Order: sequence, then C-alpha cells, then structure tokens
Amino acid sequence: MFANALLLALRELRRNVMRSILTMLGIIIGVSAVITLVTLGGGATQQVTQQIASLGSNLLMISVGKRMGPGQMSGAAAFNLGDSEALFRDVADLVAVAPVAIGATTAIYANENWSTNVTGSTEDFFPVSNQQIAEGRLFNASEVRVGAAVCVIGQTVATKLFRQQSPLNTRIRLQKLSCEVIGLLKSKGQSTMGSDQDDIIVVPLRTFQRRIAGNQDVNLIKVSVKEGADTERVKSDLERVMRVRRHLATNEENNFNVLDMKEIATMLSTTTQTMTGLLSAVGAVSLLVGGIGIMNIMLVAVTERTREIGIRLAIGALEHEVLLQFLVEAVVLSSFGGIIGIVLALSTALALSGLLQVPFVFQGGIVIIAFLFSATVGVVFGYFPARKAARLDPIEALRHE
Amino acid sequence: MSDINGALPTPLLELRNVTKIYGAGDAQMQALAGINLSIYPGEFVAVMGPSGSGKSTCMNILGCLDTPTTGHYLFQGIDVGSLSRNQRALLRRNYLGFVFQGFNLLNRTSALENVELPLIYRGTTTAVRHQLARQALQAVGLSDRENHTPGELSGGQQQRVAIARAIVTGPSLLLADEPTGNLDSARSVEIMELLTSFNRDKGITVVMVTHEPEMAAYAKRIVHFKDGLIDTDHQQGGH
Ligand SMILES: Nc1ncnc2c1ncn2[C@@H]1O[C@H](COP(=O)(O)OP(=O)(O)OP(=O)(O)O)[C@@H](O)[C@H]1O
Ligand SMILES: [Mg+2]
Repeated sequence: MFANALLLALRELRRNVMRSILTMLGIIIGVSAVITLVTLGGGATQQVTQQIASLGSNLLMISVGKRMGPGQMSGAAAFNLGDSEALFRDVADLVAVAPVAIGATTAIYANENWSTNVTGSTEDFFPVSNQQIAEGRLFNASEVRVGAAVCVIGQTVATKLFRQQSPLNTRIRLQKLSCEVIGLLKSKGQSTMGSDQDDIIVVPLRTFQRRIAGNQDVNLIKVSVKEGADTERVKSDLERVMRVRRHLATNEENNFNVLDMKEIATMLSTTTQTMTGLLSAVGAVSLLVGGIGIMNIMLVAVTERTREIGIRLAIGALEHEVLLQFLVEAVVLSSFGGIIGIVLALSTALALSGLLQVPFVFQGGIVIIAFLFSATVGVVFGYFPARKAARLDPIEALRHE
Repeated sequence: MSDINGALPTPLLELRNVTKIYGAGDAQMQALAGINLSIYPGEFVAVMGPSGSGKSTCMNILGCLDTPTTGHYLFQGIDVGSLSRNQRALLRRNYLGFVFQGFNLLNRTSALENVELPLIYRGTTTAVRHQLARQALQAVGLSDRENHTPGELSGGQQQRVAIARAIVTGPSLLLADEPTGNLDSARSVEIMELLTSFNRDKGITVVMVTHEPEMAAYAKRIVHFKDGLIDTDHQQGGH
C-alpha cells in the first residue's frame, strides 16, 4: 500500500512540476536563510568568546590621558619605568606588570620592508598579553636590563619580511637599530577590535627607549591580576598609587585611565549576541515568509485537489489511501526542499564565513528546527485540506468550486 | 452472482422509495421524489427523460457516490446505507464502473495513467496493470493516444478514456451517464456496440443514461424519468 501511495504521490508531483517547484522554493528559501544567518551569527559569537579567552586572564590596562568622552583623551605626561615598578611593589594581588612603549616604524630585512609598530617592554609583556613563543625564545630579564639588541616578532611580520624562510638568528633593521630575531610568536589572529595581533615586534624596553624613541616614556602599563582577586579593589589601588606617583592633588581628576579589558570584551560580546539575535530574527522572518508561500500554493491548489480527491474516491480509493498519498507528497517535497535548503545554507555560510573571516560553526539545532518548521508547514497545509476533502461524499468533492 | 433462484432472482440493484432533496429551506429542491426500481444481473437498462428530471442524481446514488435523503438502496440485497464509508469505497472499487457525464479525468495525466488508476487501488501488479489499461484503451479505439493528457484530447476522446477507465477493472455493474453525449453518430454506434458486447459476452449489467432514442434502442429495458419520478419502465427486444 505504501508503494502505491509513493507511486501516486510521485506521479502527482511530476504532473504539477510548477506547484512542486514553488512549494520547494518556499521551503528552500526559509530553511537556507535561517540556517545561514544563525550559523554566521554563531560563528561570530564563538570568535568573540575565543578572543576574550586570548586576552589573558584579568588584564587591566593603564593608559595616559584624561577620559573626555568616549574614545577621547586629553594629553598628559607619559608614565615611566618607575611607575610600573611602584605599582608592582605597592598593589596587592598582581601577577605581573608590564610597562609598554609603542612607536611606529619600518622594519627592514634584505629587500623587504614592512611598516608596523615596535613595542618596547619587559619579559613580563608576554605572559601579561598572553603571547606564547612558537619558535626560538623570548628575551629574558638580563637582556631587558642591559637593553640588548634582540627582538621577538609575530607571524604577520615574519611572513612579510621573511616569507617562507625562518626568521631566527637573522638581523632586522628598525630605524637605527639592528637587532637579532630570537623568537617567533604563536599566532593570535584578530583582536576583538579587529586589529591584527600578529603584526607585532617586541624589543626590550630599554632598547626601545634608547635606540628608537630617544626618551624614557612608557605609554601604557599592562597589569595582570591574580585569579580570584577583586578587580574593582585592585583598580582603585592602582589609581591611588598612580595618583601619588603623578603628584595629583585631591581636587584634580585622574590624568590616566585604568581599563578592565574583560569589561570591554564582555560589552563587545553582548553586542555580538545582539547582532546574532537580529540575524536570527531576520532568518525567522524568512522562514515564516517561506511558510506563507507554501501555504498559499497549497491553498490555491485546494479546489483542483479536492476534485482530484473526488475522482480518486469515486473510483474506489479509501480515505486513508488518499491521505497517505498526500502525506507522502508533502513529506517528499519538504524533505527535498529541506535538504536542498540545508546544503545551500551550509555552503553559503561556509563561503561567507571565509569572506567575513568568522569561524564556521555548524549548529545542528537550527538545522533541525528549520527543517521541522517547513516540513510542518508543508504537511499541515498539504495534508489538512486533503483530509477535509477526503471526508466528503465523492460527489461533493467532485462538485467543489 | 448468477441467478440460482430461478423465477425470483435477487435484484442486483434495488431502490426503495428513494428521495433526494438538495439544499435547505426555501432553496430546497427535490431531485428525486420517491423512486422504486429493481435491476437484475445481466440487464441492459437505458435511462431517459428530460433534462433536470433526476437521471444523474439517480445514477450517483446507484454508483454509491451520493446518499439518498430518504429511502433505501440495496446492492445485491445489502443496504448500502448501512455500510461504512470504506465499505462503500470497496464496493465501488470491486464491483462498479462509472462513466461521468463530465468525464472527471485527472488533469495533466496521460490517458494510460488515468485508465490505470482504478487498478492501482486494486493493487494489480505493474505488468498486468499496463496490459489491462492498454487493452481497455484499445477497446475504445484510443491505442494511439495513450500518452495524451485530457487537455490534448477532444471531448469525444476524453469520453472514451472515461469509458476505458470504467471498464478496465471488469466491473459487475457499469453505470454510464450519457456515454455518447459528446460523440458523433459513428462513434456513438461503436461505443454502444462495445457496451452491448460487455453486457452480452461478459454478463456485465449496464445502466446508461441517454437522450438519444437510437442509443436507447440498444438496451433491453428503458426507464423514463419525469420530475424525479419514474414515468414509464418497459422491456424491449434489444438490439
Ligand atoms: N448539487 C445540487 N444542488 C442543488 N440542486 C441540484 C444539484 N444537483 C442537481 N440539482 C438539481 O436536481 C435536479 C436533477 O438534476 P440531475 O442532474 O439529476 O438532472 P438530469 O436528469 O441528469 O439532467 P441532464 O439531462 O441535464 O443531465 C435539477 O433540477 C438540478 O438543478
Ligand atoms: Mg445528467
């Protein structure tokens, strides 16, 4: 009996190619839109989550300047090495403090040159920024103390200057400084703000100050706080010590800024989640529109199909045989449409994730939900009008207008 | 099914005081006003009467497509009104062939597939199904139109496909509502020869509605309808 239903269903679908295609189109559009959007949104969320993890645990950043408004700073004196040492000595629950000085420069190796930033810092810079070594070694405390002409570079710099070659034990030129490449850092990818974290050259702070910047300035102090410590308390301690170091009177405002990177990251991830929610909503609307399309096509066909049911009943079909045929039709259309939609969605999501540089994260849940939704619409609007018709006397079904 | 009771065989069909009322209230319309009719196995009956006299309504009831408002319809002595929907469907499937006044073929479906349809519901195997369907189409002279859809066939050809569909299962009762209504006289004669041969050679009981006395002449019995009642009912020599 099932074989018969399948035969009749397939014949009916073939006869009504246009109707079949339009129905499938409704399913395809709905399913593929929602899956594509949700998959991309999920990828973006995962990316942000990973970036938060890559920030390193409990990172605070102290930068120079007064906070004027969002993103705006007024000029103020730079920090110095003494400030960072004082912080480490006087504030409890710190793991490490890394003073950072940054300057734009062009790195040159043989015929290649690459415009980038040079970072001067101490050996603490690496654990604090969660930078790990891939090849070679990091510079050590004594190299920092003496201001050795050594540097550690990121993957982007290595590719730009050395292409396939190993950069270790070669010398690159940074303005007047010729320094030996002693280490290559592991790739960290894009930061939450979209900058390339692998486009980096790190030299000992003293080397930077003497040979590149020509002053004793420190622009930024990165502070790593112990796991489980009260970040708010540490933050206020840092501010208190720094105010003393910078001789600020009680009525003066801070001319520096302590930022909790986790806070920023969390804010960004909330934004991403909102975006993902919006994308999913758009997807849901497409699914609904697809569903309405299917519904329309099915309802338009009701008259013709009711007559068809009348004919089938008149020549001796049983009610459940007619219904099984309609069910098979709906299931065949939904499955084909669904599968095409899923394949289309996953390949689109894959292509777009490459283009937008977000990871492709397969999400089984939404695939199943989208599929079930359109299958339900197909079955409900294909099956229920048929059920109504199949319960009529054959002659009434035949007379349907 | 054959007559073993001798003088008083069971009628194949029996209508007992059957009425059919369409609509409700003021719009009520009595199509059948109390029909009593017995048809015995092997008969060839022509139903005649003016338009609107209730012929099609009566045929639909005989074909178990419609139910009487009051009265009883007995098929082989069984009250059809007491059967379930499925039982009535099985009765149509296994014993009846119906040729509709308006053909009622499946659209966009080839003649062959239309004729095959009743066999599919009977569960006939594919090979036998094709063979029987081809034979039925051949019998109505449409072998060369197997793959044409109703839209690609003339009215007369569609009517012949409808006849092929009704006879393909070898029913014990063939009900035909104006089977020659759309045919020229040469074709009509062919169809009447065909129905006569079913009746004569296979013992199929035939009930046929017609407006044309020449066609009615093929039947052994002519029933005249008038205003929802049987006006006259008489046997004749047959062809
Ligand atoms: N579904 C219906 N609803 C209301 N009235 C109907 C319906 N079907 C038929 N009638 C009425 O019942 C009467 C009998 O109709 P029927 O179709 O049986 O006539 P007929 O004898 O077959 O006529 P014809 O020779 O034109 O085919 C007609 O007056 C018709 O208008
Ligand atoms: Mg009629």
